[in-house]
Formats: sequence, structure tokens, C-alpha cells
Amino acid sequence: MLTQVGPRERRKERLDRGLKVRTEGIYALSSGKEALYLLAPRLTLILGLLILPLLMPNLYWQRVICITGVFGLLSLAFDFLANYVGLICLGGALFMGVGGYITGILNSLFGMPLVATIPAATVVGAVFSTVLLSPCFPLRGIYFAIVTLMYPLAASRIIEALDIFGGTEGMADLDTLPNIWFASYSIIPVLLVSLFALRRLVTEDIGLVLRGLKDNDQAAKASGISITRYKAYSTFIASAIGCFTGAYLVHLYGWAGISLFALDFSILPIAASVIGGMGTLVGPVLGAFILIPLTELLRELGTLRIVFYSLLLAGFIVFNPEGLMTYAQRKYHQFEHWVEV
Amino acid sequence: MAEEVLLQVKNATKSFGGVKAVVDVSLSLFKGEILGMIGPNGSGKTTLVNLITGFVKPDSGEVLFKDKRITGLQPHKIANLGITRTFQIMRPYHSLSAFKNLIVPLYSPRVRRSTGGRLGDRDAVAIDILEEIGFERDAYVPYKIASSLPLGYLKRLELARCIAMRPEIIICDEIFSGLSMAEIATMVPLLEKLQMQGTTIMMIEHRLRELFRLVNRVIVLNFGEKLAEGIPEEVIEKPDVREAYLGTEVDNVRD
Repeated sequence: MLTQVGPRERRKERLDRGLKVRTEGIYALSSGKEALYLLAPRLTLILGLLILPLLMPNLYWQRVICITGVFGLLSLAFDFLANYVGLICLGGALFMGVGGYITGILNSLFGMPLVATIPAATVVGAVFSTVLLSPCFPLRGIYFAIVTLMYPLAASRIIEALDIFGGTEGMADLDTLPNIWFASYSIIPVLLVSLFALRRLVTEDIGLVLRGLKDNDQAAKASGISITRYKAYSTFIASAIGCFTGAYLVHLYGWAGISLFALDFSILPIAASVIGGMGTLVGPVLGAFILIPLTELLRELGTLRIVFYSLLLAGFIVFNPEGLMTYAQRKYHQFEHWVEV
Repeated sequence: MAEEVLLQVKNATKSFGGVKAVVDVSLSLFKGEILGMIGPNGSGKTTLVNLITGFVKPDSGEVLFKDKRITGLQPHKIANLGITRTFQIMRPYHSLSAFKNLIVPLYSPRVRRSTGGRLGDRDAVAIDILEEIGFERDAYVPYKIASSLPLGYLKRLELARCIAMRPEIIICDEIFSGLSMAEIATMVPLLEKLQMQGTTIMMIEHRLRELFRLVNRVIVLNFGEKLAEGIPEEVIEKPDVREAYLGTEVDNVRD
């Protein structure tokens, strides 16, 4: 790719580093140095996230990291569904609520300990959410987004009106995670494992089928692929991640209530994905790690935060629509130099 | 010509609102033949393909594949039975590289079943198919992102996606349109080879000269109705076919 700059007879030439072979995700490694070239960014991410809780000055900020991890997972699930399966999912709040309420009910009514409620809520909640969303699988376009947005709104009204599961008060006095170290060092490994697992998945054959669905569901049907089935699989994966975060948050606070269905959980992941870079999977996670702590820093501004948010988003969409991670990856894998013409 | 009927359409009718797209059309597809389907724009050719492949459900009538009713089955089920199609408007998986496009059909239940669950290296199989169909491996064409491929390759990619299914029937919807003579010349032997290997082919085409070189029989549709059926040379001489389909442009076809 060439860029013409100025009146001088020079141009900027951009070349792939030799290591990268012609197509996505294939590299030719021949030395330790080259292996390090690929490993360095991954190690930085893993070590960075693992060290992060240690650097926090107080309990408040350690909790912020935990909540950031929650949003990181939700953003990851959003990015996976939106950019690898073609389902625009506003269901963060739905998954959150379903996972949260299931763990709340299991904990308060049946007295199950949190080592049992979190996995149970993850699996049962994912099945439940997938079944709830299954009517939209054969449809294309915006229906999935609308339905995922509708369920959490409906759910909070239903809980309010029928006064079930604690009604507007919610369910209090649930088990809490033993301590803040346990809290942060459970969410961050889950985040890392989910991230790398999803990155692996989308390059596997089944992942290619999902990406095929996104690009062209008609062609996928003509190739003998049941789009309903594969949309169900991927919704299950995303909702399992979402339900886990719901269950986790409930045990972090020791409380489950209607605010689990708050639209923040649906909308913030989109913002994080735009900032971090759609379709990179790691980008949205980093986006969450920028956006959520920033929100906390700006807490004093109150509702003015929304204005700041909008400006930040608009700025990214105008000046860097590809997102941070896409930009960074390009800079890392290519080098530019000036050549005389 | 083999006489075994592989696919049968019986009195298929489909309307979209007031428009009668296909009216009472019946046809038989014999095993191993190449059947051509021609007709003016809007005569219901693509709708008929959609009816056969399950993308559209007929208002009445039925489709039989090996004497089994497949009307109303989901498109992916029909594809897994061995009836595949190309799309007139090409539908590549544009964000995937060309050979990764073939992973999707190679992952279908049909192919997985026929290979006993394991295919080994799907990438290698995909690249072999593409090379056979004219994607030069040495020039790294199979590795290019589908959205960057020119029209000729995309048309071939459509066909490659069908071949990857190891189908019994391939239905080509205007696979020559928009291609140069040279590009068509590379595709004709490919289709002949498929026929030799026992694949039954049905072709919708406007490029009559190229079509007539390939097909054994031809069906003419006009306003959703079957106008004629038979050997190309005879069908094209029929006055009503000339009038309906060729109109005043007879000279152009003859050139």
C-alpha cells in the first residue's frame, strides 16, 4: 500500500514484516527471536492483566478491576457474536440478569455454596438464554438485536410487577467471594482463558463455518450448514460467558437485583468494542480496560459522564474507526519507510 | 443417455403476491445429463431453482429426488442430500480467503458423513479443489481474501463450493454471465469433466452458444410456464420459442 505525501518525489512504503506469510494468521518461524516477536504481545497481555490487581492502591480500585473484568468478558462475547457470527447482540443485560438471578435463587433458596452456584448458573443460564433467543435464529438482520434488547427490559418489569425473587428489593445477604484477591484472581484467568479459547475457535474449521454464516447465510445453507444450529452454538458460548459474569457479580456484591438487567451491560460492551477494535477479540477487552476505569475516574462528574462518553465514542468513530487494536496490530506487523521515486 | 430419473419436478406453482413466477412446471432430470434452462429475464428460472433447492416453498406441486419427496425441506437438508447450487449473484464468504471459503461445505454433515467423520486436513482438500478449478496455487490465488478476487474467480469459487459438497446434482445459475470468452473456455471442460465423473448438472444460462455446446437437453421457460423441451437445435427452431425468448434478437444469437 502506498501513500503519496507532499509535493516531493518521495513516498511512504509500507511492507509486511518478512515473518508474516501472505495470508491471515500464518507465520513462518525460524528462530527464537521470531518466536518472541509473536509471543511478546501475548505475554505482555497475560502478565499485564495478572499483575494489574497488585498495582491497585486500595480495595476500591481492586473492585474496579473486578468489574472491569466483567465488562471485558461481556465485550468479548459481544465482539464474538457481532464480528464472527454476525449476530448483533444487545443481550449483555439479559445474560447478566439470567446468570445473576439463577445464582441468587440457588444460593438463597437452596443454600448452594458459590462454588456450585457459579458453574450451575453459567450452564443453566446459557441454555435458558439460548432457548429464549432461539426464535430469532432463522431470521436475518436486526431481529436478534431487538429481541436481545427486549428481554431484559421485560424481565425487570415482570420481576417488579409480580414481586418475585425479592421484587425491587432484590435478594440480599447472599454468599460473597472470600476476599478481594480471590475475586480478582478468579475473573482475570477466566477472561484470559475465554479470550484465547475464542481466538482459537474462530480459526478452527467450526469457527470458519460461523464466519461463513456472518458473511453469507444463504451460501452457508446451500453448503448444507444448518444456520439455526450454529447460531445456537455460538449464542450458547456467548451467553455462557455472560451468565458467568452475572453469577460472579452477584457473589461479588452478595446481592442480586433488578439492576442486573441494566442496559449498561448491553451498551458499554459496544463502546468498548468500538474503541478497542471490532473483530479483534482482544481489542474489546482492552477497550473495557480503558473505558471502565475511566468511568470511575469521572464519577465525580455524575451524569455528565455520558457526555464525555459520547464525545470519546464520536472521536474514535471519526478519527480512528478501526479501533486501537487493529491500528496497533497493523503497526506491529508492518513497517514503513520512505523511498525516493 | 442414461434413463434413470434423478430429480423430478411435478406441477410446481409459485406466486409472489400477484406475480406468477412459476406456473405448473414439470420437468425431469436424468442421471448424468446436462440440462439447460433458458428463458427471458423474469421467466421464473431462478425461482424454479429456489423451489428445487428449498429456498422457496412452492404453493403447489412437488419435487422428488430419487423418488423421495423433498418439497418443503430446509435448504441445508436438501444440500446434504446432494443437490447443490450456485447463486446468480455471487455469495462468497468475503472476509475469508478463497480456500477457507471451501471449509464451510467441507464441514457439512454430507461431507463429514461420506468421509467417515474425519476428513484429515480440510485446508489441503480445499486447495486441491481450487487448483483443479483454475486457482493458480503458485500465484497464491487460493490464499487471497475472497473480497479481493475478480469476477472470474468468484464465479469459479461458487462452482468450487458446490464441488466440495461432492454432490449428485449441481445447479448452476448463470455461471457464465459476465465472464470473458477465455474464462468460459476454462470452465466448459470443467463442467464436462464433472459430467464424466457422474455428476448431473442443470444450467441456467443466457449465453446460448456456450450452453448448447454443453447440454444434452434444454427447457425453455416463459412467464413462469414451460414453453418447450428437447434437443437444443430443435427447440430453438420452434416459432413460439423464437418469438418469446429471442424476439427480434435472433441475429445476435447467430453471430
